[in-house]
Amino acid sequence: MKALSRAFLILVFGILYIPMAVLVLFSFNSSKSTGNFTGFSLRWYTELFSTPATFAALRNTLILAVCSAIIATVIGTLAAVGIHKMKNRYLKKAVMSVTNIPMMNPDIVTGISMMLLFVFVGGMLGLKNSLSFWTMLIAHVTFNLPYVILSVLPKLRQMDSHLPEAAMDLGCTPVQAFFKVELHAILPGILTGMMMAFTLSLDDFVISFFTSGSDFQTLPLLIYSMTKKDVTPDMYALSTIMMAVIFALMILTNFKSKRETKKAKADR
Amino acid sequence: MNRPIDKEKFSDKVKEKRIREPLFARAAAYPHIVWAALFIIAPLLFVCYYAFTDQSGNFTLSNIQALSQHTGTFILSVSYSLIATVICLIIGYPLAFVISKASRKRQNLLIMFLMTPMWMNLLIRTYSLMAILDDGGLLNAMLRATGLGELHIIGTGGAVIFGMVYDFLPYMVLPIYSVMTKQDSSLIEAAYDLGCNRLQAHFKVTLPLSVPGIISGITMVFVPSISTFYISQKLGGGTIFLIGDTIEMQFQNRATYNVGAAISLVMMILILVSVAVMNRFSDDEDSAGGVIV
Repeated sequence: MKALSRAFLILVFGILYIPMAVLVLFSFNSSKSTGNFTGFSLRWYTELFSTPATFAALRNTLILAVCSAIIATVIGTLAAVGIHKMKNRYLKKAVMSVTNIPMMNPDIVTGISMMLLFVFVGGMLGLKNSLSFWTMLIAHVTFNLPYVILSVLPKLRQMDSHLPEAAMDLGCTPVQAFFKVELHAILPGILTGMMMAFTLSLDDFVISFFTSGSDFQTLPLLIYSMTKKDVTPDMYALSTIMMAVIFALMILTNFKSKRETKKAKADR
Repeated sequence: MNRPIDKEKFSDKVKEKRIREPLFARAAAYPHIVWAALFIIAPLLFVCYYAFTDQSGNFTLSNIQALSQHTGTFILSVSYSLIATVICLIIGYPLAFVISKASRKRQNLLIMFLMTPMWMNLLIRTYSLMAILDDGGLLNAMLRATGLGELHIIGTGGAVIFGMVYDFLPYMVLPIYSVMTKQDSSLIEAAYDLGCNRLQAHFKVTLPLSVPGIISGITMVFVPSISTFYISQKLGGGTIFLIGDTIEMQFQNRATYNVGAAISLVMMILILVSVAVMNRFSDDEDSAGGVIV
């Protein structure tokens, strides 16, 4: 039984990782083939870094991810506080249902629905290109919001509700109590939400695809356009770098959370 | 934790402060409510608007009628994504179980390796399959080298389904795993005590308790599978068109926006209804939130 489950694990994880490993391997291939490894070379990496489009896309992706994560975190955290304190049960349920729509809906529907809004409003304003950085930013904030709210809400529920009350008894205004007490208690949730928003925004292709203008290209959109035509191993090189970054981040966060649990244990 | 507090004495003061609290609290949610109304509700209304109007904005049902041309695509998409979901469940359920039985340290490692692909870009993951399965790819090169001939995989339905399973399998495993680890192991022991063997105990205790996880897993695989267009575009080799491809094509040209909106509307309703039906099977209120992590 034990040998069987081990073989099963190896098989599934093997299938999961082999294609990506192959992609990494062939990004170092000296020829264009994906069937024949002709020799190690960094040719595709130098070619990738000699195209200005790569750097433009990298810069655009980071700008978009940082801006959308910050905006979504601010609006989302406030929203979580507001939703948590809502007295009206039906209103609370209605707001939560609407908030969850972008998570439930397939990305393609979220993407085209926003595109239709932007195109319609842009048409009414008489704009020639209604899609731009700003429409993409709005779209990214929108799909990030539920993730921020859902990471902050549980922290608010866990927090002792007497804490802000005690702060107010000691003379704080509700706003002061929020910044001095509640914010500290929910900070881990806010940070998780922000990280999630940042990563989702970095990674998003479908919604960006429908809401982007021609003048603002992100890395996933660049990859899409690279695989649309004749594919050169530049794309493998770019993918390898992106996978390496994500892999490093995953290991780092895993390591960090382990250290935090250790620290929490030690504190106790 | 609970220190004895003279409630009588404090309640007046607390009440007095509480009157002011909801104002700030309610105002806190306003930016989000406005944002949601403008960018979640309004866009969906625009999908309805476009679905029921023609290019000049007059009411028409022709877009909905035009859907009958795409019935084949709908059936193909639903069957492909159902097959992919079932395969994911068949692989994912035992996988989640095996992981949940491993030692604590091992579990964390395995889950990290399972989650890492989820954070990798979908385009890259899908394309990495191309690099292997393509006619000039690694698999065929190896087959040729061993003299076994060639396999034409890209462009078949199997390749598209394999792509869906490959891309979305972690979304099936994670929710099932997280439900399984929360289960009280003494329930299984009780089942043993009451005369169940291991298999019986699994099917009578573990499986029923895992249903909420299975339901979220099914939704999380089915929804992206049915709406994908990149997987079918690449692994379908330009011969297999799913709903996602059809929608994407309609939105390349302004003249067909309305038909595209109608297709999206139908797909959205289809998905929301099936998700609602599925959720009736699990009465776990928090399952929607548990889905993400």
